[in-house]
Amino acid sequence: MTRTLLTGNGAAAWGMRLARADYLPAFPITPQTEIIETVASWINRNEIECRMTTLESEHSMLTAAGAAAATGVRVFSATSSQGLLYGMEMLYTVAGWRAPLVLVNVSRGLAAPITLEPDHNDILAARDCGALQIHCATCQEVLDSILLAYRLAEDWRVRLPVIVNLDGFYLSFTREPVQIPEAAAVNRFLPPFDSGNLCFRASAPTSQAVAVLGGGPYSYFRYQAYLAAMNALGVFEEIGQEFRKQFGRSYDLLDTYHCDDADILFVMLGSFATKAREAVDHLRASGQAVGLVRPRLLRPFPKMALQRVLAGKQGVAVIDQNLSPGGGFLYTELATALYDQSTAKPLLVNFIGGLGGRDISREEFFEIAAETRRAVTAGTAPLPRLLFTAAELREVRKLQAIAGSRREPPRREP
Amino acid sequence: MPKHHRSNALFRIRFHGRGGQGVKTASRILGQAFFLAGYEVQDAPRYGAERRGATIFAYVRASHDSIYERGIIRRPDLVVVADETLVEIPAAGVLQGVTKTTVVLIHSKLTAEDWIKRYTPLEKVVILHPVKTRRQELHLDSAACAGAAACLAGVITRDHLQRAIEEEFVGQKGSLVQANLTQALDAYNQMALDSGLVIAGSGDQGTTPASPDWIDLPFEAADISAPTIHAALTSTQVTTGLWRTLRPVVDENICRRCGLCSSYCPEGVISLDDQGIPVIDYVHCKGCLVCVVECPAHAIHAHPEPVPEGEQT
Repeated sequence: MTRTLLTGNGAAAWGMRLARADYLPAFPITPQTEIIETVASWINRNEIECRMTTLESEHSMLTAAGAAAATGVRVFSATSSQGLLYGMEMLYTVAGWRAPLVLVNVSRGLAAPITLEPDHNDILAARDCGALQIHCATCQEVLDSILLAYRLAEDWRVRLPVIVNLDGFYLSFTREPVQIPEAAAVNRFLPPFDSGNLCFRASAPTSQAVAVLGGGPYSYFRYQAYLAAMNALGVFEEIGQEFRKQFGRSYDLLDTYHCDDADILFVMLGSFATKAREAVDHLRASGQAVGLVRPRLLRPFPKMALQRVLAGKQGVAVIDQNLSPGGGFLYTELATALYDQSTAKPLLVNFIGGLGGRDISREEFFEIAAETRRAVTAGTAPLPRLLFTAAELREVRKLQAIAGSRREPPRREP
Repeated sequence: MPKHHRSNALFRIRFHGRGGQGVKTASRILGQAFFLAGYEVQDAPRYGAERRGATIFAYVRASHDSIYERGIIRRPDLVVVADETLVEIPAAGVLQGVTKTTVVLIHSKLTAEDWIKRYTPLEKVVILHPVKTRRQELHLDSAACAGAAACLAGVITRDHLQRAIEEEFVGQKGSLVQANLTQALDAYNQMALDSGLVIAGSGDQGTTPASPDWIDLPFEAADISAPTIHAALTSTQVTTGLWRTLRPVVDENICRRCGLCSSYCPEGVISLDDQGIPVIDYVHCKGCLVCVVECPAHAIHAHPEPVPEGEQT
């Protein structure tokens, strides 16, 4: 076992290599491209056996990925942001084919305006496509999650595409020490792809693009895919335990930190959660009982696990690195998950932070905890709070001055 | 071996430079050296649209404990400035979070006293004397910066530094690896008197931080709040000439006055005078050198910036 410095992108490439993916359809986009470049250099040096095809768009890339998976080979691909959206039509289609493959998304905020830095509106746009989603917080977790993702995708109780998400820059271009597992151990954990009925033989034609169906049969197939996705909760817990036995690292549905005795919890996704973890240490040092919950599996949503860990808490600060009408995605999803409990529910307070890679500082986590406490005392939650400072508004005003924006709106006739 | 303090404090180190100088490489060399010295490490570059000459920064965190901080370093223990012209550009953020306890290593011809006089927060300034190399070796700046920073940190040996460079340059030509090694070790030695000057965790404000100055962002109508640029010629206000590391210079004796350079210039900064001779707007020329490539008479040459005194046009 080698412990070395890898970027999140490098860790993703290593995950693909250890999973022994047969086929890689590719299209470049920042900040994902390094994954494809890394794998391409290995293919070029004959270090791995893999067929790589460059396509003319993400739409074609995902079509090729799904088609290849439907012939029974192990498929890996990667994209980001606008690319994920451009391929969106095929994500729904491939999930409908029940073709197991693993797609990495390197999160990056969506246009307009344009940014290269991360938030989760890209990956959350894919929340209903039928593919499962695993969200990572460290480079190690990126590598490990790809191995878990293949097990999950190829499990006969599931058979769906899985998207592994990592944050641009904060993971994609950030190096951390990563344990690269031994190939033999990975082979034991992740055996060769049992493609079952998925095969390509001229003598036995199959068709994935089934004919137009009426509402009844259509409902049957969509609902079967839904049931398979829901099965993934139990399957993930199972393979997580197997992973721990094989490699010593634990992957539960939720990553929890100091939750048991906490009265206030932070809930958030992805790599920014490690910043929250660091803040929790400082909050604890100042005598505040604050904890952190980070869902790893976002699709399907680990509702029961979240109900259990949030039970009896006074206040929950849901920190959404995305923006959606009515509040952040995680906030609304969590509110739904808690609604049907008969016991007392914690007060949910929503914060919107980290849009377009905007930093969330330690003092802001302190203020988030304080504002959540005030809401608990008042017994009512304020409107979603955007993390945005007076200094940031001054920066925007400078840009607007250069851009010639008018400060005062024109008078309009009533 | 310099003095070895085995504390769990976190080193926070920020590098500033321009695209093409090897700032990312410098952060990786230093990160790898810390890792080889037994530290947990995080290193990462940060930039916008990738462009030679544009500002870039990178950071390194190192600790004996696991590292959970991420992203920009607000209160650095050490700031390494590969290009001294960045200090005066507010958007580059070189002095952000710098206090009198922060060590600032500047690759500069000026003295430490000069820098301290100019900028209030500066107190612990260390000068890395520019490496005397030919223009085409400017990329070796990165190795020098990493080597100097490694010595200032006080916990990295020459051996760690050497192995880090070998590790980061795996697959590269032997002569290139050797040139980087020489630069890095020379810079390391240059810092010998200041070894260990950087105190890990010196900028950490502890567990009771101040409140952020959050505001409630009010609604503003779309004629203000849409990201539309109304003003013409805003690009002239950005002195992109500062990005240039190589300056195209026209030799009028060879120039055939064909005007191709003006046509090909992607920035539109080459005009023709009434004789048909190209005139380059150096305030905005980014130094992409497309003109040098396109000139059929080979009349445009690339000169390193800054142009040596006495040769300026």
